[in-house]
Amino acid sequence: MSMRPLDAAVAPSDYDGGGVDIRLRADASSRRPALIAFSLAIVWLLLGSLWGDLASFKLHWPDFLSGAGWLTFGRVRTAHLNSVVYGWASLAMIGTALWMIPRLVHQELRWPRVVEAGIWIWNVGLVIGIGGILLGFNDGLEWLEMNRYFADPLLVIGGGMIGVALLATLAARKVSHLYVSVWYIMGAFVWFPILFLLGNAPWWSGVESAGVNWFYGHNAIGLWLSAISLGAIYYFIPKVLGQPIYSYHLSLLGFWTLAFFYALNGMHHLIGGPLPTWMVTTSIVASVLMIIPVLSLAINHHMSMVGRFGALRYSPTLRFVVLGAIAYTAVSLQGMFTALREVSRITHFTHWTVAHSHVGLYLFVSFVMFGSMYYIMPRLVEHEWPSARLIRWHFWLVLIGIAIYVVGLTIFGVLQGLALLDPQVPFERSVTASLPGLYLRSLGGVLITAGHFVFAYHCYQMVRMPAVERALPNFYEVRPVIYSGAQVEEAS
Amino acid sequence: MTRTWILILGVCATISFALILLVVLPQVLLVQVQAPPQLQPYSDVQLRGRQVYIANGCLYCHSQQIRDSTYTTDVERGWGARSSVPADYVYDAPHLLGTMRTGPDLINVANRQPSPDWHLVHLYQPRAVVDWSIMPAYPYLFEEKDPADVQPSDRVVTVPAPYAPPNGRVVVATPDALALTEYLLALKRDYPLEASQAQADLLAGLICVPEYGPISARDPQTMP
Repeated sequence: MSMRPLDAAVAPSDYDGGGVDIRLRADASSRRPALIAFSLAIVWLLLGSLWGDLASFKLHWPDFLSGAGWLTFGRVRTAHLNSVVYGWASLAMIGTALWMIPRLVHQELRWPRVVEAGIWIWNVGLVIGIGGILLGFNDGLEWLEMNRYFADPLLVIGGGMIGVALLATLAARKVSHLYVSVWYIMGAFVWFPILFLLGNAPWWSGVESAGVNWFYGHNAIGLWLSAISLGAIYYFIPKVLGQPIYSYHLSLLGFWTLAFFYALNGMHHLIGGPLPTWMVTTSIVASVLMIIPVLSLAINHHMSMVGRFGALRYSPTLRFVVLGAIAYTAVSLQGMFTALREVSRITHFTHWTVAHSHVGLYLFVSFVMFGSMYYIMPRLVEHEWPSARLIRWHFWLVLIGIAIYVVGLTIFGVLQGLALLDPQVPFERSVTASLPGLYLRSLGGVLITAGHFVFAYHCYQMVRMPAVERALPNFYEVRPVIYSGAQVEEAS
Repeated sequence: MTRTWILILGVCATISFALILLVVLPQVLLVQVQAPPQLQPYSDVQLRGRQVYIANGCLYCHSQQIRDSTYTTDVERGWGARSSVPADYVYDAPHLLGTMRTGPDLINVANRQPSPDWHLVHLYQPRAVVDWSIMPAYPYLFEEKDPADVQPSDRVVTVPAPYAPPNGRVVVATPDALALTEYLLALKRDYPLEASQAQADLLAGLICVPEYGPISARDPQTMP
C-alpha cells in the first residue's frame, strides 16, 4: 500500500516506510526487556486474580478464612488492587511501550540493560509493598497503600530508569513525525512520576489529604493506565486493519483535551464530602467536558472499524483491542454521568462504583493489554501462538466473566444505593439488596481467573516452544489462503 | 506533532495547571482552618487504634463523612446531626473519608454505640450482635485463654453462646483490639459549630453546605 503524504500523520510510522529491516531491528532491541515485563505481568495477573476472588468470597461468606490477619478482607482486597494495577496492568503497559516506541521512532531501544534492571527494581518494590500490605503495613490512602519509604521509592527508581531509556530512544529517533501513540506513551511516562511522588508525599493531612489522594487516584487511571492503553489502541487498530486512523486533527484534539480535562477530574470521588465545594464542582465540570476527548477518540477508533468488523473473527488482537476501545467509550460516558450530583447521591459509596472501575480497568485496560500481547509476543519469540482454541477459551471466559461481574454489581449496586438514600429504610436493607450482586461478582470473578490461567498456560507453552526454521521472518511467509482461527494476523 | 519539546512541555503544562488549581490553591486556603474547641487531638492509644483500622482495611467498607445535607439523606438516617466540615478533620493524617458504605458511616459511631463491650464483641464476631452483618470477624485481634490463665489486667470479652469458644475457654482482647475500640469511641464529630468558625469558613470560600443553620432559614442568594 503506498502512502499519501498525510498518511505519515495518521498511520503508525512503522506502517510502511523503513521496510522489514527496521522492524526486525526494533523488535530485537526490545525483545528481552519486553519479554521480562510481560512474564512478570502475568505472574501478578494470576496472583491479583486469586486475591480478587478471595476478597469477593469474603464479602458474602464473612467467616471464610477469617482466622489470620493476612487473609482478612481489608488486606486481601488491597493486595488485589495493587497487584493488578502496579503489577499486571503497569508491567504489561511497560512491555507494550518498550516494544512500540522503537518501532514507532525507527530506532533501537536505548540502554536495554538499564531497562531490564528497572523492571526488576519495580518488581522488588511490588513484593515489598504488597507483602507489607498483607502483613498490615498500609499507608492508609486508596491506590497508595504500598509503604512510602520502603516500597514506593523502588517503583520511582525502576520506572524512572525505564522512562529515561524511552526518552533517550525518542531523542535518537529517525522519523520526523511523532505518531499519536508516542504522545500518549511519553505523556504517561512524564505524568506518572509527578503524580506518584506527589500522592506519596507524607505532609498532607485533613481534607487536603483526601483531595490529594483522589487527585492521584483518578490521574493514575486517566494519565497512566488509560493513556498508554489509548496509545496501544491507536497503534493496533490501524496496524491490524492495514488502514490509517480516521482523522489526524481529531487525534490532536483528543490528546490535548484529555490531558487538560482528565487532570481536573479527581474530586468527583468526593462529591458531597467535606471539601471546599468549588473543588468538587471544578471536577464535575471537567468530568462533563471529558465528552470532547471521549468523542474524538471514539470517532477515531470506531470509524476505522466501520465496514471491517469481519476482521474481528480472524485477529485475536483486534478482538480484544476493539472491545477495549468500545469499553473506553462506554466507561467514560458512564463516568461523566456518575459525576453528576443527582446520580452520585445514589451511586456513591455503592458497588456500582466497583463495577464501573472494572469496566475501566478490566474491559478497557486489561483487554487492550491482552490484545497487545497477542500481537507482540509472536514477534518477540518468533513463532505464532500454538493454539487458536486456547485463545478462544481465554477470550470467552474473561468476556462472559466480566459481563456477569459488571451487570450484577451495577444492578444490585443501584438497589443498594436506593436503599441507602431512603432514611425510612433500615441500613440492613442496603446490605441484603446488594448481596445477589456480590454472589454474581464471585461467579464472574472465578470465570475471569480461569481465563487468566488459560492465558498464562498458553504464554508458557509459547515461550518454551522450539524456534521454527523459516526462509523469511515470522509473518512474511506467503501463506495458503485458507485461514483458521488465530493463525492470521496482518503482515507485520 | 514533530517536536518532542512541545510534547513534553505541553504535558507538563496541563498537569501543572491542575496541580495549582486542585492541590496548591486548596492547601493555601485550608491552612486557615482551625480545630473546633470540642475536637481533641488523638491520644497515643487512639492513634494506635487508627493504625489498626488502616492495617485491616476498615476504610474500604466504612466511610467517615456526613455528606452535604441539601441533596443526601445522611443526616436523616441518623448518622450525624450535621454535614461534616474541613475543621472536623484537622487531626486526621491520612484522611479516612472512605469511598464505600458496604457498612455504615462511622464518623459519629461513638454516639450511636458508646459501649466498649459492644465494640469488642462486634469485632470478635459481628454476627453475635448483628445477625445480618457481612462484616468479617477479627478473631486474630483476640486471644482464647483457659479461665485459669486469665490475668487481672486482661480484658475478658463476654461472647454470646453459639459464637463463644468451645470447652469453656474465654476470649481476651489484645492491645490492638482495645486500641481500635478506643479509636472508634473517639469518633464523634457532630458538636455544634460556632458562628465565628462558620463565618471564617464562609469568608475563605471553603464551604457552602448548610451546617450553619436550618435550610429553611437560609437565603440561597447569600450563600457563596
